[in-house]
Amino acid sequence: MSTTSTKNHAELAGQFNADENRVDWHDETLWWIRQKRDKAVNQFPEWELLRETGSKIKEHTLSNLGNYLESFEANALANGVTVHWAADAKEHNEIVHSIIKKHGVNRMVKSKSMLTEECHLNEYLAENGIEVVDSDLGERIVQLAKEPPSHIVLPCIHKKKEEIGDLFHEHLGTPAGVSDPQILTETARQHLREVFLTRKVALTGVNFAVAETGEFVVCTNEGNADMGAHLSEVHIASMGIEKIIPKREHLGVFLRLLTRSATGQPITTYSSHYKKPRPGQEMHIVIVDNGRSVQLGRKDFRNSLKCIRCGACMNTCPVYRRSGGHSYHNAISGPIGSILAPNLDMEKYADLPFASTLCGSCSNVCPVKIDIHDQLYKWRQVIVKAGYTTKTKTVGMKMMQWTLSSPGMYHVAGKAGRIVMKYAPFAVNNALNPWYKQRDMPKPPAESFDEWYKKNRGKK
Amino acid sequence: MSTRGKILSAVRANQPVLTSMPDIEPLKAYSNKETVLAQYTTVATNIGAKVYEVKSLDEVKTVIQSNFGTDKRIISTISELNDIADTKEYLSDLPVQLADVELAILQSDLAVAENGAIWITEDQMGQRVLPFITQHLAVIVNAKNIVATMHDAYSAIGISTQGFGAFIAGPSKTADIEQSLVIGAHGPRSMSLFLLNED
Repeated sequence: MSTTSTKNHAELAGQFNADENRVDWHDETLWWIRQKRDKAVNQFPEWELLRETGSKIKEHTLSNLGNYLESFEANALANGVTVHWAADAKEHNEIVHSIIKKHGVNRMVKSKSMLTEECHLNEYLAENGIEVVDSDLGERIVQLAKEPPSHIVLPCIHKKKEEIGDLFHEHLGTPAGVSDPQILTETARQHLREVFLTRKVALTGVNFAVAETGEFVVCTNEGNADMGAHLSEVHIASMGIEKIIPKREHLGVFLRLLTRSATGQPITTYSSHYKKPRPGQEMHIVIVDNGRSVQLGRKDFRNSLKCIRCGACMNTCPVYRRSGGHSYHNAISGPIGSILAPNLDMEKYADLPFASTLCGSCSNVCPVKIDIHDQLYKWRQVIVKAGYTTKTKTVGMKMMQWTLSSPGMYHVAGKAGRIVMKYAPFAVNNALNPWYKQRDMPKPPAESFDEWYKKNRGKK
Repeated sequence: MSTRGKILSAVRANQPVLTSMPDIEPLKAYSNKETVLAQYTTVATNIGAKVYEVKSLDEVKTVIQSNFGTDKRIISTISELNDIADTKEYLSDLPVQLADVELAILQSDLAVAENGAIWITEDQMGQRVLPFITQHLAVIVNAKNIVATMHDAYSAIGISTQGFGAFIAGPSKTADIEQSLVIGAHGPRSMSLFLLNED
């Protein structure tokens, strides 16, 4: 089987790499955020203990997830919240649609929820005549541009302010050529305030769901989740089954880890604890599986369910920083997206575990100590065994195996390579060789070590 | 089987062998309680809040009147402030009718030194939307109620029966456009923190 029929990371990264200045700018911006993270976490002698504790709480939760999901549901019901269960994206979207329909409205405001991106909720609702406005500034920007977010925390990190100015000029009526972030943000504030004040239904994501209390916590810097939820008559919160934590006091651990890892801030501006609907309001929680219970059963990959969606692995990743979030063609990009996506569709996302240098930086910054680069390596083996690699990779690997297993063939191949690169570099420095993209091939040595040894030492 | 039943049985079939719940007590040993006032002031200022140390509510009133005037809509949940703010009538408004509030003055019983946040519950908000929809937010907290870390904060608040509560750390902000920090995204454009020290 081959993945050439679907978009792949290398092709999409190639498109992103066409503009070298933009790649440098993207790379430097994300590295700057990574440095802010370092500065924040280095203030704490207990940082490693905090990571270890966070990782262990998640490990324990996953080992008792059935019971915790049931107690979360029981407590939420006792709080007056309606709880729905969705096996997959389709069921999630249908549940959300039925709630909106029941209230006889055709529009909704939504704060950031990567789960709804994963489920393609906006597209589904649009097909059913429901207009959704994303209220996080970055998400509103990519929504106006008709693009998906390129980063889970910084949705429009790939966009220049001049491009955002053009979008606002076209859609929100700012004067042409205005690109000052202060003015653009104020324009969005006025535009979205009108939206918040007029929408009966608001949907938010969930950062943490506490089994002990039945409450869920939503973190934002802008205040958009709260503006939508508290002004609405109906609040829908969508969550994956892995968002559960056992106790309220565990929030102390995760809220300390989350934003420091994400942007270097000590905490988000708002960490809102939603427990009961306000009088007269309806509150719904949709608990979504969509492949998570399958991932839970994959021993090598279940740790990926510990993820708290901080984005630190993206900011530090040398591949993500230079290929852009869209090259991962999945709602969640970067290293963590590359270990979550193959669980959803191994053929479609067969390329993603290969979009890594396996340098391990992602695992080093992960606040819940997910072994991300080990899982990337393990996914490669699963994908190759399942036959989902491209033909060129399969042929290349077979050639390499054949060459490396025979000393005679190895010597011949080495010599041939050096001669070709010396006298006919165009034979390798061409479009057929992906290693030549954006870089020059190194100068070949005059002789191999074996030849040098025979000449200088072998005679004795 | 219902979807609920299917999900729960798949989870139970696939979840690994039970591991123990870690103890979070060792993390509390790192709390430095001596320096909380200075640390709180520094961190809150760094995240964009304006911090005032005051000795009485009268001092709060003076600062507010000089910063915000008296001609715009000011709401407070603190009954002693009824001469500078509406402390009652707004309670019967619909949430959308609070869209023109210029300043909300609220009370909190807990502040966190490590991140500059205050904890505020539903009954201290008057209406849930108030601390978010107001153009400017002022919070009064007793300087004695500053704790060092989030672990100390959750020990103090326990499992409240309140329907809604939030940690709020500074004014609303965004850096979504080229990572340029802009204060005043959808919520308050400023946050004034009054640390009350009556001794």
